[in-house]
Amino acid sequence: MFRNWMQRITLTDVVIWAIGLAILIGVIWGSIVTLGTGKYSTATWIDLTLIGLALGGVYALIALGYTLVYGILRMINFAHSEVFMSGPFTATFAAWALVGAGWWNKYPILSLLIVLGVSAVVSSIIAVLLERIAYRPLRTAPRLVPLITAIGASFFLQYVFRGLYGSGLKGYPEMTILQGFWMLGSIRVFKTQAVAIVGAVIMMLILYGIVQWTKLGKAMRSVSENKEVAALMGIDVDKTISRTFAIGGAAAGMAGILYLLLFPVAHFFMGFFPGLKAFTAAVLGGIGNVPGAFLGAMMLGLLESVGPSLFLDGLGIPAPYQLKDAIAFSVLVLILIFRPTGILGERLAQAKA
Amino acid sequence: MAMLEVENIHSYYGNIHALKGVSLTVDEGEIVTLIGANGAGKSTTLRTITGILKPRDGRVQLDGEDLSHYKPHEIVYKGIAMVPEGRHVFARLTVSENLDMGAYSRNSKQEIADDLERMFTLFPRLKERRSQVAGTLSGGEQQMLSTARALMAHPRILLMDEPSMGLAPVLVEAIFDTIKQINKEGTTILLVEQNALMALSVANRGYVLQTGEIVLNDTVDKLKKDPTVQKAYLGME
Ligand SMILES: Nc1ncnc2c1ncn2[C@@H]1O[C@H](COP(=O)(O)OP(=O)(O)O)[C@@H](O)[C@H]1O
Ligand SMILES: [Mg+2]
Repeated sequence: MFRNWMQRITLTDVVIWAIGLAILIGVIWGSIVTLGTGKYSTATWIDLTLIGLALGGVYALIALGYTLVYGILRMINFAHSEVFMSGPFTATFAAWALVGAGWWNKYPILSLLIVLGVSAVVSSIIAVLLERIAYRPLRTAPRLVPLITAIGASFFLQYVFRGLYGSGLKGYPEMTILQGFWMLGSIRVFKTQAVAIVGAVIMMLILYGIVQWTKLGKAMRSVSENKEVAALMGIDVDKTISRTFAIGGAAAGMAGILYLLLFPVAHFFMGFFPGLKAFTAAVLGGIGNVPGAFLGAMMLGLLESVGPSLFLDGLGIPAPYQLKDAIAFSVLVLILIFRPTGILGERLAQAKA
Repeated sequence: MAMLEVENIHSYYGNIHALKGVSLTVDEGEIVTLIGANGAGKSTTLRTITGILKPRDGRVQLDGEDLSHYKPHEIVYKGIAMVPEGRHVFARLTVSENLDMGAYSRNSKQEIADDLERMFTLFPRLKERRSQVAGTLSGGEQQMLSTARALMAHPRILLMDEPSMGLAPVLVEAIFDTIKQINKEGTTILLVEQNALMALSVANRGYVLQTGEIVLNDTVDKLKKDPTVQKAYLGME
């Protein structure tokens, strides 16, 4: 038995595990050194954790779009980062209009809901159009074709929105009621972060509820298992796919507003990093799996915010915080090597068999 | 007028001419069986009736209405439901959710609840396992679920594609008993089978399909006595 096992190990396995072990040791070593120096206070760690959770929440909402579309069409919608960008970029103009009308700080909750609504609707429409125009005609084409189309659509949308709104940065107006922080016992929480975390969790729960318990959600899951049999139930497969894109788009649009609360600048390229990170989160959680997307996103958000100070700093890497984006991509590469099914992916594979 | 009327259909898979002018009728209240060897075109016939495959020629009518212009999901609303070959339950959905999907085309909550009760009476096993994921059911249970799921659409006519496939003999008996029961409760059935002996024992009439063509068409009593049927499908010399 042991012998058998020994024989099956290839050189590649050894190299891969050696790399994995080296990274693990590096992370642990770096963390020990950092914690040993006591360079960062507890308050700093809490701050970083809260940033991580807020980011994670935003990534989770975006990741949902990747995961739902993958579940139903078995394709990676690489243009989803632009679906994400289209809503908040447009909503920034709506926000300034509200500022101009004097509503922004007078009716902040209403204003926030309007901006969220605009963003969700725009992203949702873009997502639906994208599916209708770019992907539906290719549904029976080999897998690579829609994938390449998605990348093309991604550039197309970037240039469309650059054409519409210009290539400059567009600041997102601050709200006076969201300035400063709340005290949670002895913990200081920035209001924007608190809103982002709570908002993301509520939206995720609603979306999970839709997928799990509504007729539409069950139809989506049926279509994702077998389109032909779903049609035999009377399910309109095309319409269900459209609605899946609509839901994923709306989630991304709302994520966009939460993202602007954290980083108040909109521009035509703003979808790239959050999009790629949400994709990483979806893969990390096990693509096609909604709770997985949430889990993966939270982990990635935390890794990205806490990681640089925790282990990169300890390893003596200069300006570790600038490497936060690199962490996300290292994670993507590592999961693809070590656990391509993601964290919750195996359960999915088992359920399928 | 027959309830279901298949008129001279020609169906293709690319260049493969799978159905070469198939015609058959099913009257209200009947069990009609379509038997034939593997690859004869039985499933293709059912797929054409449900609109998944569009015939290049010929047409399918239900109660005199031509179904050619309807999409597969619209045909369900017309009253045709199918138990597909290989069962194809939604493996990651629970038993209850599968049954909900069967009733997707219906709106009346009360009627759906009544039919659900009826299914649980017909298949008590499904009631026991209703919150279980369908992928974990045994083959026989999946067949029950697939049948119940199709019945949840409250169809006027139920198409069944080889319900006995891959099941142990006791289960085959049970499935055919259920078929008789369902029919007695008012559902018209078009039954595709390779197990000709069983099929001919429950049906009223039968058609024999051979390489895309109907070669025989008669009452089951006559078919059972037909020498070619006896030789090719009932294993008698
Ligand atoms: N998806 C398909 N693509 C190409 N040919 C097919 C396909 N499905 C069935 N066929 C062919 O059509 C013929 C009829 O098949 P089918 O209707 O499945 O037969 P049966 O159900 O009687 O076993 C066979 O020759 C089969 O090879
Ligand atoms: Mg068949």
